[in-house]
Amino acid sequence: MHIDLRTVAITPLRNTFDHIARRIGADKAVSRYQEGTLDIQPSANLQYRPTWDPTHQLYDPARTALVMQDWYAFKDPRQFYYGTWTLSRARMQEAAEAGFDFVETRGLADLMPDEVRRRALDVLVPLRHVAYGANLNNVGMCAYGYGAAVTQPCMYHGMDHLGIAQYLTRIGLWLAGPAELEDGRSHWLGDGRWQPLRRQVENSLVVKDWFELFVAQNLVQDGLLYPLVYAHFVDRRLNAEGGSAVSMVCAFMNEWFAESTRWVDATIKTAAAESPANAALIAGWLAHWRGRVREALLPVAELAFDQCGEQLLDTVTEAFDARVAKLGIAVKEAGHV
Amino acid sequence: MSRVFIALQANEDSRCIVEAIVDDNPEAIVNRQPAMVKIDVPGRLVIRRASIEERLGRHFDLQEVHIHLISLSGHVDETEDEMTLSWDR
Amino acid sequence: MDMNVKKKLGLKEKYALMTRGLGWETTYESMDAVFPQTRYEGIRIHDWDKWEDPFRLTMDAYWKYQAEKERKLYAIVDAYAQNNGHLGVTDARYINALKIFLSAVPSLEYNAHRGFARLGRELPGVGPQIACQMQAIDEIRHAQTQIHSLSNYNRFYNGFHDWKHMNDRLWYLSVPKSFFEDACTCGPFEFIIAIGFSFEYVLTNLVFVPFISGAAYNGDMGAMTFGFSAQSDEARHMTLGLEVIKFMLEQDPANLPIIQAWIDKWVWRGVRLLSIVAMLMDYMLPKRIMSWKEAWEVYFEENGMALFKDLARYGIKVPDCVELIKKEKDHLSHQAWNAFYTAGKITNFHTWLPTEEEMDWLSSKYPDTFDRLYRPRFEHYRELEKQGKRFYNTTLPMLCQVCQIPMMFTEADDPTQISYRQVTHQGDKYHFCSDHCQHIFEREPDKYVEAWLPAHQIWQGNCFAEGADPTAPDFDPLKSVLDYWHLAYGRDNLDFEGSEDQKNFAAWRAQATRN
Repeated sequence: MHIDLRTVAITPLRNTFDHIARRIGADKAVSRYQEGTLDIQPSANLQYRPTWDPTHQLYDPARTALVMQDWYAFKDPRQFYYGTWTLSRARMQEAAEAGFDFVETRGLADLMPDEVRRRALDVLVPLRHVAYGANLNNVGMCAYGYGAAVTQPCMYHGMDHLGIAQYLTRIGLWLAGPAELEDGRSHWLGDGRWQPLRRQVENSLVVKDWFELFVAQNLVQDGLLYPLVYAHFVDRRLNAEGGSAVSMVCAFMNEWFAESTRWVDATIKTAAAESPANAALIAGWLAHWRGRVREALLPVAELAFDQCGEQLLDTVTEAFDARVAKLGIAVKEAGHV
Repeated sequence: MSRVFIALQANEDSRCIVEAIVDDNPEAIVNRQPAMVKIDVPGRLVIRRASIEERLGRHFDLQEVHIHLISLSGHVDETEDEMTLSWDR
Repeated sequence: MDMNVKKKLGLKEKYALMTRGLGWETTYESMDAVFPQTRYEGIRIHDWDKWEDPFRLTMDAYWKYQAEKERKLYAIVDAYAQNNGHLGVTDARYINALKIFLSAVPSLEYNAHRGFARLGRELPGVGPQIACQMQAIDEIRHAQTQIHSLSNYNRFYNGFHDWKHMNDRLWYLSVPKSFFEDACTCGPFEFIIAIGFSFEYVLTNLVFVPFISGAAYNGDMGAMTFGFSAQSDEARHMTLGLEVIKFMLEQDPANLPIIQAWIDKWVWRGVRLLSIVAMLMDYMLPKRIMSWKEAWEVYFEENGMALFKDLARYGIKVPDCVELIKKEKDHLSHQAWNAFYTAGKITNFHTWLPTEEEMDWLSSKYPDTFDRLYRPRFEHYRELEKQGKRFYNTTLPMLCQVCQIPMMFTEADDPTQISYRQVTHQGDKYHFCSDHCQHIFEREPDKYVEAWLPAHQIWQGNCFAEGADPTAPDFDPLKSVLDYWHLAYGRDNLDFEGSEDQKNFAAWRAQATRN
């Protein structure tokens, strides 16, 4: 039956749905990313006030101070809808799995100098709590944001952070065991060197403006932490000192950061390009959070690099400032420590 | 006693899963519908990894059941070796 | 040493470390500030660690299995489109069921996505948070796979073309829309009882299992694939729903009356929502596997009751509405099809009269009601059609303030009498289809007075085409409302007989069967 049907050449009545055609034109080929994203959030005739936020509608652009003419101006350069996101992560997961398999079956943890192993655990294990905070924040941006074009990738980003928190847990189990996770947790809760970062994470968890949270979490905190920890500490320092096995099992984080930065940057760029008011708003949030995050990361940098910690944090911050400058945001020095 | 059930998509892997369930649950009632198979068992239904592996001829992670699952009822308990559905906790 | 550690950790221990081990009691900000939504509904939770995770999926396993599902699904969707699979369905009338599906369901899934994202952020326990987060991404998956699978139908058939615009506006679509927006505007605990328990656990089997199996039976591999693939996530969601309710009931006996009231409300809301599924199963599938009534008996009366029997240990009672539902099951699909057949000018799908053969099937499935009450009505319509006077209702239906369904249901014990209730609240009169909808209103009048009822809005002049001037001498209100909905008169609506879809399908199929 199907073989017969395949031979029929019939002319379609239309190429895509009208709401897509109104945006991109009726004669254009349409992507699954577009059909699965554009306008899919309910946007008219909303019923009932949320009991959890009676001053707003269920879907309400006013949950951030940012103003957009069209919330579907945001585009994910990776064109992630659920299918492409899952396939991409499954591929990365397979590589990560192969990495863990390699280091575990060859007993590479035992070949690592004790001092290096200790330092890796001290820095990486408490970070699983930081990744979990990032998970909650991004899930919250999805819950309270406006327009599927920006809320959808926030959700995926949140799940990515959960994946990272679980990879970090696995690293703790691989290098030491369940007791190490408890130790890492007590450092997170009580060790003075982790308290500024814990305070920063907890402060971010109560930010109400979801786009401010996007700036604080995805642009600033991740933008400073990932290069510092995964590029400088894991890939350079640990590698150089005989801990390359750790860098193998952190490949996911590095690849993920490089890839997701494209989306974070595109989002900030689009928001800032919309209006000078938006650009000023983002610059203000950036200045505020950049200073705080630097302060919170300094003791972690020192834990990772001893007396070179501040210098490396400066290096990372410079690169970050250069990145931000390309996004159409003025970096205010006021935030610098 | 109330029944629990599991419904699976009809395909090659699930054929082995269904066979394993039927062998491990003597009271199973198999109901085949277009593109799906529904299995009802009074009280408690158990799916054993070893029984599926025997039929598939390869390693099987019980979480792979999710790929073929359509629906189920009852309380779920899952370990590496068994997944059980039951009303008699 | 490493290997030993690995060996010692079972699935459960490992999962606990991977999830609840991540959370902590915040101190720089209070837990109440971090999780501000958990108190106002009156639910008491003493220990989130008592939460039992039913399925223990870590993200790596989630990605692995979900990617495999996605690969399979899109391979079939692509092949189905490339092979003109739509021409292989039993009968072009069937495609109209898909139009309803697309205009109603992806938006429900999207709302569920956002609702579960909120819970994934707001519930203070890491276990339930993560379960809700996974459900949140599954739900956007469902919305997208449905849109992608049905996208190809839109290229060849009418009625699909502006589903999203219609979902926010078209009269009958306010039924699913208001249902989910009602749930999403609730607190987190009511939301999860509404959607996770009452809808997912008790009712979704009825939407997906018999209906999607029916799609397969009617040659629609596309719909079958996304339906079953979505359902494979649903098993996880149902289990979450059940786990949540047990957890809440075990935490504090004071939770029982609150939860019971929510179950009573949401089982009824859900059953009303499913009226349209009843009609899809009995009237819109050219080949049928089971009647709505049979599906109801298997999935609600048997499985649903097993569940309530199990929950009785906590003091949960079967909702009162079940008595009425039992009586309505012989009538529901016939009354719904009658309502849509007569409203055929204002629907985005085609309607038709069942054939003689189909009526015989209906009377065999509904021996107590069909021949006595509904066949004569359809025969009357057929007589009118023969005279060239196909009957269309020309007025707007009166809607129930809560479920937003037209007043079309009859009294439980008198099928000749429309069931009709009214209440005066702060000087205004409100109308209901049933005692249960009335009770829902009376418990929360402030919420339901805010309902956006399409028929009322049309009368108030809020649903005319953009830029229309109702004072112009040649103003045609019906035409303007159709324009507001983006409904193409003569293409999207009216009878299947004589429609463009019917002609195209026949012509394309004929092309396929000759050289």
